[in-house]
Amino acid sequence: MAQRVGMEVSVAIGEMVKMADADVIAAYPITPQTHIVEHLAELVANGELDAEYIPVESEHSAMSACLGASAAGARTFTATAGQGLELMHEVLYVASSMRLPVVMAVVNRALSAPLSVWGDHSDAMACRDTGWIQIFTENGQEVVDNILCAFRIAEDNKVLLPIMVHLDGFHVSHVIEPIILPDQKEINPFLPVNNYPLPLNPSQPVAMGDFGPPFIYTETKWAQEMNLRKSLDTIVGVWQNFGDRFGRYYKPVEHYRSDDAEVLLLTMGSFSETAMTAIDKMRNEGRNVGLLKLRLWRPFPFNEIRKAVAKAKALIVLDRALSFGGLNGPVCSEIKAALYNQPDKPKIVSFVGGLGGRDITITDFENIVAWGIEITEKGSKNEFEIYGVRE
Amino acid sequence: MSKAENEITWKDIEIGSIVTEAGNASQYRTGDWRSQRPEYNFSRCIKCALCQIYCPEGCIKQNADGYFETDLYYCKGCGICARECPTMVITMKEEE
Repeated sequence: MAQRVGMEVSVAIGEMVKMADADVIAAYPITPQTHIVEHLAELVANGELDAEYIPVESEHSAMSACLGASAAGARTFTATAGQGLELMHEVLYVASSMRLPVVMAVVNRALSAPLSVWGDHSDAMACRDTGWIQIFTENGQEVVDNILCAFRIAEDNKVLLPIMVHLDGFHVSHVIEPIILPDQKEINPFLPVNNYPLPLNPSQPVAMGDFGPPFIYTETKWAQEMNLRKSLDTIVGVWQNFGDRFGRYYKPVEHYRSDDAEVLLLTMGSFSETAMTAIDKMRNEGRNVGLLKLRLWRPFPFNEIRKAVAKAKALIVLDRALSFGGLNGPVCSEIKAALYNQPDKPKIVSFVGGLGGRDITITDFENIVAWGIEITEKGSKNEFEIYGVRE
Repeated sequence: MSKAENEITWKDIEIGSIVTEAGNASQYRTGDWRSQRPEYNFSRCIKCALCQIYCPEGCIKQNADGYFETDLYYCKGCGICARECPTMVITMKEEE
């Protein structure tokens, strides 16, 4: 039987990758991802996990090695954070364009300069258009569940796309939480053996990553786009199947006390936990507020978002990244674009906060909601509000 | 892929644009890069084959009479053959 045990979330991720029976792990250590790959290196070294652990010289090499392993049909895992993700950047596009089902845990960390090892979503947002499926999680249980689901989704022959599972640096990665790890015999029927359809094989040669002249490039990119869009069905299906087997259900957009809410708050990642507590407090005070949690960032769940906000009067979005010189935070910009042509839509207020590891507390969320409601009534001279900056 | 390059639709693309058919680069008309074409005065040709050896595109072949000629489907017009020919058989002419 699956047991609920206290465990550091990074260690739990390593344990889940072991149970998923990964074949190749290529990784370069970087705070706050380090404990994940340290634990995996131990598991390989002591024989608990029969895999190749490739200690590479950079994240660029880590992702490049993952491409080769995945192209050979290996179940491939890596993890990184912040600057490491940015160093991988050009290779990320190659993974998705070549349809290689690499699974990567991204322990979200603010980008330099100034140097910060603490969490925000600026690293994730810089990878928005790389063609990866991107899932955000808010606690240890969600991370390990989604690492398992990610292998199944990525390797599904209808999908064959790489997946980032995002978790907040330190707020999630370094805390000890009660986590239910399934039994190995429960995992095996859920996660079939990786069956990449056209692996590198000397007896059946193929050419991967060829050049694409103007006569073919547009067709290849559209095929990639259509495939990423269509992956939404498989993602939702795998989450449903996971829920039916393990009792925990995930959705592209998740709701908390939002059905009748006039005012909706929208968050991503671990801050959703604090936001739920803030919503409870405001509900107890008789205020009609609810929370939306955006779990799936790519492919973006446009229809689910449109449906989720259809009845609300106000939507307050908290981004944990700046889009320098842009209209709003990246998430809010996306949501505004999704709703622009809708006949009925809430007033939308954009906040950016929680940068570089700064907490957003329950009181902060109450302030954000109150300030957001005030803006929907009186307007603001700003395109978005930066929360908590000292004037 | 057996279709001509301008008939391939996005639905025909293999997973990840993987190429499963060997030698399909032969369909690629590199000749349309050309701004100059080689012209021949075979009366001076000694059939030494240096042009064929030097051609970086590998698109010069011997014809039935033993002379060496470029396949204009692939020839990029680089002019190396004209430069290397010891008897100056080849001159490069502007494409119109």
